[in-house]
Amino acid sequence: MLLIFEQFLNGLQIALLLFLLAAGLTLVFGIMDMVNLAHGSLYMMGAYFAAVFTEWTGSFFLGAALALPAGALLGIVTEIIALRTLYTRDHLDQVLATFGLILFFNELARLMFGAGGMTIETPNWLQGQIEILPGLPYPSYRFLIILVGLLCAAFLYVLVQRTRLGMLIRAGASNREMVGALGINIKQLFTLVFGLGSALAALAGLMAGPVTTVQIGMGDNILILALVVIVIGGIGSLPGAFIAALAIGIIDTMGRAFLPNMLGAFLSPSDASTLATALSSMLIYILMAAVLVLRPAGLFPAPGR
Amino acid sequence: MKFSTLLSLTSALALAAVPFVAGDAAAQANKKIKIGFVTTLSGPNAAIGVDMKNSVELAVQHLGKKMGGIPLEIVYEDDEQKPEVGKQKTEKLMQRDKVDFVAGYIWSNVLLASYKTVTDNKTFLISANAGPSPLAGEQCNPYFFAASWQNDQNTMAAGELLNQKGIKSLYIVAPNYAAGLDMANGVKSTFKGQVVGQDMTKWPDQLDFSAEISKIRAAKPGAVFVFYPGRAGVQFFQQYSQAGLKKDIPLYTTFTVDAITLKLQKDLTLDTFQTLWWAPDLPYAANQKFVSEFKKKHKDTPSFYGAQSYDTINLINSAVVATKGNLKDKDALRNAIKAAKFDSVRGPMKFGKNHFPIHNIYQQEVYKVSDTEYDIRTVSTVYKDLVDPYAAKCPMK
Repeated sequence: MLLIFEQFLNGLQIALLLFLLAAGLTLVFGIMDMVNLAHGSLYMMGAYFAAVFTEWTGSFFLGAALALPAGALLGIVTEIIALRTLYTRDHLDQVLATFGLILFFNELARLMFGAGGMTIETPNWLQGQIEILPGLPYPSYRFLIILVGLLCAAFLYVLVQRTRLGMLIRAGASNREMVGALGINIKQLFTLVFGLGSALAALAGLMAGPVTTVQIGMGDNILILALVVIVIGGIGSLPGAFIAALAIGIIDTMGRAFLPNMLGAFLSPSDASTLATALSSMLIYILMAAVLVLRPAGLFPAPGR
Repeated sequence: MKFSTLLSLTSALALAAVPFVAGDAAAQANKKIKIGFVTTLSGPNAAIGVDMKNSVELAVQHLGKKMGGIPLEIVYEDDEQKPEVGKQKTEKLMQRDKVDFVAGYIWSNVLLASYKTVTDNKTFLISANAGPSPLAGEQCNPYFFAASWQNDQNTMAAGELLNQKGIKSLYIVAPNYAAGLDMANGVKSTFKGQVVGQDMTKWPDQLDFSAEISKIRAAKPGAVFVFYPGRAGVQFFQQYSQAGLKKDIPLYTTFTVDAITLKLQKDLTLDTFQTLWWAPDLPYAANQKFVSEFKKKHKDTPSFYGAQSYDTINLINSAVVATKGNLKDKDALRNAIKAAKFDSVRGPMKFGKNHFPIHNIYQQEVYKVSDTEYDIRTVSTVYKDLVDPYAAKCPMK
């Protein structure tokens, strides 16, 4: 029972990182109708910024606090220089251009930070474990990820549902032209949303850094998962992204954790492990396919789309 | 309009053709030995490829850029750690560069996808790292040699070391690809206790091992064995320590700690157990020359990947010298490679009938050179002249 709960926490932690990344992606996709594959690069750059700033300041929290605005700034600069001209083009052009940006950022990271990758030093009290339930020690850093992730989710909820900016974001996701026709500076709104998305990606990257180390191309794999999340959740929908990220994180972890034993009950150990490995890595895609069949627009499509 | 396009196209083609013709003629006139070297030069594991390339460069420098008096040229290709890219680059080396030897290959799955392109053309392929079991057993190949090892060899020593330490139960975690399966089989073939759990993770995508580590905690094994080459090794060590398991359950690894990853793993590797075929402190003259000159030239400590690459070039050189540069007689060339008449950095080695090395495997440990510097040293010899378990199934003599 404790193991199931522990694995649930593991899944939750992956899910929240995924949500932070997917939130920016789904906002940009939903509001600007822009496929931004380079979102994973902003995740990577956020992690590198945090590693560098942590080294400079000697404090993980100062480093993280500096990396967030740096990530947002990088996103805004990228939007103004490279992406702004792509809004009116079709999706294929956007995919090609932002794929180019991935290569650009990977090479930039190699030039600036070297091919060897970096580690982010966390304070000692974050390297230990805390006993969240009797008999269940849990890595305190992973616990911090869960806390920060939940706080961010709450912050985003309030921002989108309760503020004027959030109203514009929701309106933009439903009908871009109408928002522009009502006299809102849509260019400024886009840049703002892009900056917000970039800061969230940077936050996800810098929080993943101490767990998975900072390396070139670290955003490429997780970006695919984030795309799966926004497709399942419904493009442009933050609650959708949250639910889908939870589903994916938990299904993925539970699959890895318990499928081999379950299959082992009626298959030979070697067959069970082969099948379980294959199945657990396919589970989330099976889920995506199922959602697409039943609800082609995703679980929570933005109204009016 | 059409005519002018045609004209410019023709002239462009004509211009492009000129250097090709000249190049071919030059190659005919002064013969050259060309070696294609496939490794990973981009992505998270690019540092391994750089280390191998640096070692090849050092070997070439030690040979005076010549093999048996014939000028030597190395063509490097980046496989991006992807089997399909590795195969393409191998085809390019064979067809466009027309290389005399193909060498390199870090990843077993890349090698398995690529080797036929070389061996079917009756060209010798010398692996500088990967040693997958299929090529050691029934599919052993007269045109394939491994200057490194067979995958299982190093982990068989880990299994034996676990026995020596009196460990009764073991949990195995490894990536789910050709090499990961070999490594797990190697340790299971010699470990006498009980394997209480085994997880094969998605490769190379999965870098978060929280689910596996939680299972290890619940299974309470006497020890954990992992194989995570390159960057994934850093991540496993970090997460294992963050989960607080390092002090409770001893960690045994193979190919997971090397000079490159050690820069990031640091203290996390202290008090863990490693088995491998080579360490920088092996007391052989060839090894000491390699390590000290590498440090001088590249201001860095070489990894075992580098040591294998250095050996690969010297092995090819020994065969070229023995055959006096006559690469046409394939049987003579094969015998010359198989004789392995070169000073390997690992000390004594010979090839078994499946063209995989028979050599010692050692227990190693990480120690602190200074506050910020770490290195790897030999603790004991686990196996002397170890033959890999697949050699018996190889039909070659």
